[in-house]
Amino acid sequence: MTARQKRLAFIVAGLVLVAAAVGLVLFALKNNVSLYFTPTQVANKEAPQGRSFRIGGLVEVGSVSREKDGLTVRFNITDTAKVMPVIYKGILPDLFKEGKGVVAQGKIEADNVFHADEVLAKHDENYMPPEAADALKKAEAAKAAATPISSGSSAEYPVAK
Amino acid sequence: MAINWFKYSAPSTFYGLAGKLIPYFAWPAALLFAYGLYIGFFVAPTDATQSEAYRIIFLHVPASILSMFIYLIMAGYAALGLIFNTRLSSMMAQALAPTGALFAFVSLWSGALWGKPMWGAWWVWDARLTSELILLFLYLGYIALHASIEDTRRADRASALLAIVGSVNVPIIYFSVKWWNTLHQGATIKMTGTSMHVAMQQAMFLVLVACWLYVIAVALARVRSIILEREANTQWVKELKEVQQ
Repeated sequence: MTARQKRLAFIVAGLVLVAAAVGLVLFALKNNVSLYFTPTQVANKEAPQGRSFRIGGLVEVGSVSREKDGLTVRFNITDTAKVMPVIYKGILPDLFKEGKGVVAQGKIEADNVFHADEVLAKHDENYMPPEAADALKKAEAAKAAATPISSGSSAEYPVAK
Repeated sequence: MAINWFKYSAPSTFYGLAGKLIPYFAWPAALLFAYGLYIGFFVAPTDATQSEAYRIIFLHVPASILSMFIYLIMAGYAALGLIFNTRLSSMMAQALAPTGALFAFVSLWSGALWGKPMWGAWWVWDARLTSELILLFLYLGYIALHASIEDTRRADRASALLAIVGSVNVPIIYFSVKWWNTLHQGATIKMTGTSMHVAMQQAMFLVLVACWLYVIAVALARVRSIILEREANTQWVKELKEVQQ
């Protein structure tokens, strides 16, 4: 091997080793790298017990209710498999909507309700004008009317396996 | 007729060539930038969920794509310089670093300005945001390491290693939204197609090309300065008209 080839081999081998090491570290830290736990993970006791963590999923349709003080909100976070009731006192982001993505930080208290002290909205990667969104909604409604068997909510939100 | 490419890898030849090429990249960059932003702000429709705020995407996405792409190009040049001992490759790597750092910063900054009204937070420590921040630190580390070593050839070799090792971070940034739960949404531009209105796509693509041309123009201008600095003691630099004045 010439000096050049040696240097090339050294760099390629080094890069492969570093990539493998980083890959193993990230794999080991999988749960720490993820920003939030899903309701299914919480139900399986994979989320930290007795301390603050983040939970993410969709705001369950029809679950949002406001208390009389106008600030306290109750809603359910779902990943279409499990549901977690949440209570939050504060201002919600503009994109907070039923059926849309949400990430909440807080703790499960003794009442088995997730007491959130921060609620963030998660939007999807689709961008379209309002007319197109309306057309999509209408098409979906027509489809749902044509097939009475509900297929559940569409998987528009990534759910951890 | 075959072109002798090695002729142009000599700094003395490339200096003149780069000077001639700059306007051909700078002017189209300015025009495409203006045209792309015009389409982005006046032609592209508002978004169904995010209304007008989504328009920051026309700056945010090109800046993010280029911050990652420039890093790979920079690491590639650094590796070439390390393997073949070509002076110009190392100079190109050095010339690209500040522009890459600028785009990484613009990506983070515009993302924060977008995140506050849409998500409700300037910053979250999710995998996408954190790995992009590491990319900015890698750029700054590369620049700092290069500047801290007096002998430029040694500086080239040391910083090249940092650039090459750091390139592991780029696929992590790209796939972070796929591998882990993040607040940042998934990729809009995918192999299978783009989930975006056509006029929005056009604006984003035009600004991306404009930024890309800007990067080339700025890198060429910067590499000219680096060549002059490093070859200051040679005869050909002393004979340059702009130096004699």
